[in-house]
Amino acid sequence: MAVKSAYIARKNGKSDKPAPSNSGFTAEEELHAYREMLLIRRFEEKAGQLYGMGFIGGFCHLYIGQEAVVVGMQMAQKQGDQVITSYRDHGHMLACGMDPKGVMAELTGRRGGLSKGKGGSMHMFSREKHFFGGHGIVGAQVPLGAGLAFANKYRGNDHVAVAYFGDGAANQGQVYETFNMASIWKLPVIFIIENNRYAMGTAATRSTAMAEQLGARGSAFGIPFEQIDGMDVRAVREAGERAVAHCRAGEGPYILEMMTYRYRGHSMSDPAKYRSKEEVQKMREEHDPIEQVKARILNGKMASEDELKRIDSEIRAIVTEAAEFAQNDPEPDASELYTDIYVNA
Amino acid sequence: MPSILMPALSPTMEEGKLAKWLKQVGDMVKPGDVIAEIETDKATMEVEAVDEGPLSAILVPAGTEHVKVNTPIAVIGAADAVPAPKTEVPKPAPATLAAPPVVTQSAPPEEANPTGTEMETMTVREAIRAAMSEEMRRDPEVFLMGEEVGQYQGAYKISQGMLEEFGPQRIIDTPITEHGFAGLAVGAGFAGLKPIVEFMTFNFSMQAIDHIINSAAKTLYMSGGQMGCSIVFRGPNGAAARVAAQHSQDYAAWYGHIPGLKVVMPYTAADAKGLMKAAIRDPNPVVFLENEILYGKSFEVPKGDDWIVPIGKARIARTGRHVTIVSFGISMILALSAAEKLAAEGIEAEVIDLRSIRPLDLPTVIESVKKTNRCVCVEEGFPQFSVTSELAAQVMTHAFDYLDAPVARVAGKDVPMPYAANLEKLALPNADEVVAAAKAVLYV
Repeated sequence: MAVKSAYIARKNGKSDKPAPSNSGFTAEEELHAYREMLLIRRFEEKAGQLYGMGFIGGFCHLYIGQEAVVVGMQMAQKQGDQVITSYRDHGHMLACGMDPKGVMAELTGRRGGLSKGKGGSMHMFSREKHFFGGHGIVGAQVPLGAGLAFANKYRGNDHVAVAYFGDGAANQGQVYETFNMASIWKLPVIFIIENNRYAMGTAATRSTAMAEQLGARGSAFGIPFEQIDGMDVRAVREAGERAVAHCRAGEGPYILEMMTYRYRGHSMSDPAKYRSKEEVQKMREEHDPIEQVKARILNGKMASEDELKRIDSEIRAIVTEAAEFAQNDPEPDASELYTDIYVNA
Repeated sequence: MPSILMPALSPTMEEGKLAKWLKQVGDMVKPGDVIAEIETDKATMEVEAVDEGPLSAILVPAGTEHVKVNTPIAVIGAADAVPAPKTEVPKPAPATLAAPPVVTQSAPPEEANPTGTEMETMTVREAIRAAMSEEMRRDPEVFLMGEEVGQYQGAYKISQGMLEEFGPQRIIDTPITEHGFAGLAVGAGFAGLKPIVEFMTFNFSMQAIDHIINSAAKTLYMSGGQMGCSIVFRGPNGAAARVAAQHSQDYAAWYGHIPGLKVVMPYTAADAKGLMKAAIRDPNPVVFLENEILYGKSFEVPKGDDWIVPIGKARIARTGRHVTIVSFGISMILALSAAEKLAAEGIEAEVIDLRSIRPLDLPTVIESVKKTNRCVCVEEGFPQFSVTSELAAQVMTHAFDYLDAPVARVAGKDVPMPYAANLEKLALPNADEVVAAAKAVLYV
């Protein structure tokens, strides 16, 4: 018990301020991260544009600003590890390798969408890419994610489940029910708290006790945690690797609180009046995850401006193709209304 | 002299086994002393003395089975005292079923038994346990999870012995965390495992209903058919006995409302076993509604491990030509009892046991109504927006021209379940109400 407490205390000690990354990326890794984050950024910008044009309906939650979290975590995982998240899920799907055309066509509600147009922005899945949604009820993905980890343990494989949720979901009771079960059963699940500071329009400081350290809530259940600079993809991957190693070694769950920021409103209909323009501007200028990587690439001469421009135009082409497909693909056939309600027994 | 009566150890206990005497005749007994052990089908409990004095007589020897609640079992005081059936011991709850005593099945399951099938007598409890155990032997991806299912052997002893057979990896005791463990089980289902989730009672599934509906039932559709979830949510449902409003509710209509769920509510042990096996094998989420009062009832069940009852098929429990009575679950007791009473007056009721709430076997109901031209629907749940409302609407839609009277409904009263014995009895439907409804639609 003493050992465990000391362990947690050590983790606590780390979290006074976001842990800096000391693991340099190779040129290849920097370029990979750049490319992956840029795809999410450009994809989301396009989604915002299509929403404004009326091609995308309903709710649409953009991931712009938070790209380093999912890209860094994905770099720490291996093939077959499962991912599950909330409704702010486009970035997670792209990072998992799901087809941008399929994601965008789902946003526009077309038959070529990943859910045949029946799920929309918040509900997409891919067994092939081990992505388990895409869940619209705040916090629901947390026990579901622990269930994925339960299946790994039940089957005796060494896969890890990564369950993402936000600072808002961190106030849902089922999160703590899950922490308790994950701890007593030593489930290989990494809980990623994407702390973007605002639960829709409510600042964490207004809604959340001990808001400066959400991950510390796991210590009541004996779950180690770290608070990480989620704008730095290197820090994210490094922490992700520690968490993954912990889970794979059968040591049970792990919490990573990623300090991040969303540049856009909670959803497309949110004007984000609850924070100042200066606050957003400061984050963009000083902490942007993509600009950080870009600066390192150029300063370290890992690639030239021209080479980065070439990547940019490749990404733009992918996104343009996805958007065109999503606008031109037909809507689902009316007969789809009554399919996929039951699997034939 | 105070006599000690066989105590009721649970709201639904009617009899038990006197397992062991811990005091001998002549021993001095003080209040609080444990004097005997009683076994029910759910638990072994100790009996404590309330009075002081020598144990002067043991009236029921150790090892006696089927000792009725309230039977004098011993006397404390002078040795020559004659045990009087006084009530020093608090009067146990009377059996709450407003209905007359259980009528044994008057017709065997019609689809049931290929001729020559050997039958065995089994309680509903044993049938559910046998079904789960057989399926767990057959498929290593099936597991059972819930509160007290393992070491405690099941709050209602459904999973008794299963921990010993299958081990703690597959019989999983959970914390009291319905929302959390239901979600966790659905996640395991997404990953391809086949969880059986026991709710200690379905009343507690209210904590978990978001995962049952939003996560389990809807994901297949939302994923365009990619990600289903083979899972069974099961446990006792409906009114038990004297447990008041929060613990006495029928969820058939609640879950029956949801596309993506299958919902079954068996009455007999044969159906409980066959439907449980079908539910576990089904690739979709199935809500399996049991009943505490039925757990101890015995029925004939086909022997062997290949007895499956298809989901979505009703059973004609009794044939008749004058009126169709449609019911399901424990209310089948009322339906069958009413049919007996009507038969005594020359009215032949056809009784249909729905067994499945979703999908509903409407063709069986409609065919019967076309024959009898009259229909009474019976359930224990609240009357508004209920299974019987749905039946009435469907029968009106599909058999309007055949009806000689409006469809009648008998349901629980539109009140939260009261605690007082008399009020509880009034709140539940009873066989006389079914008889009256049948006569009303027959205009007799």
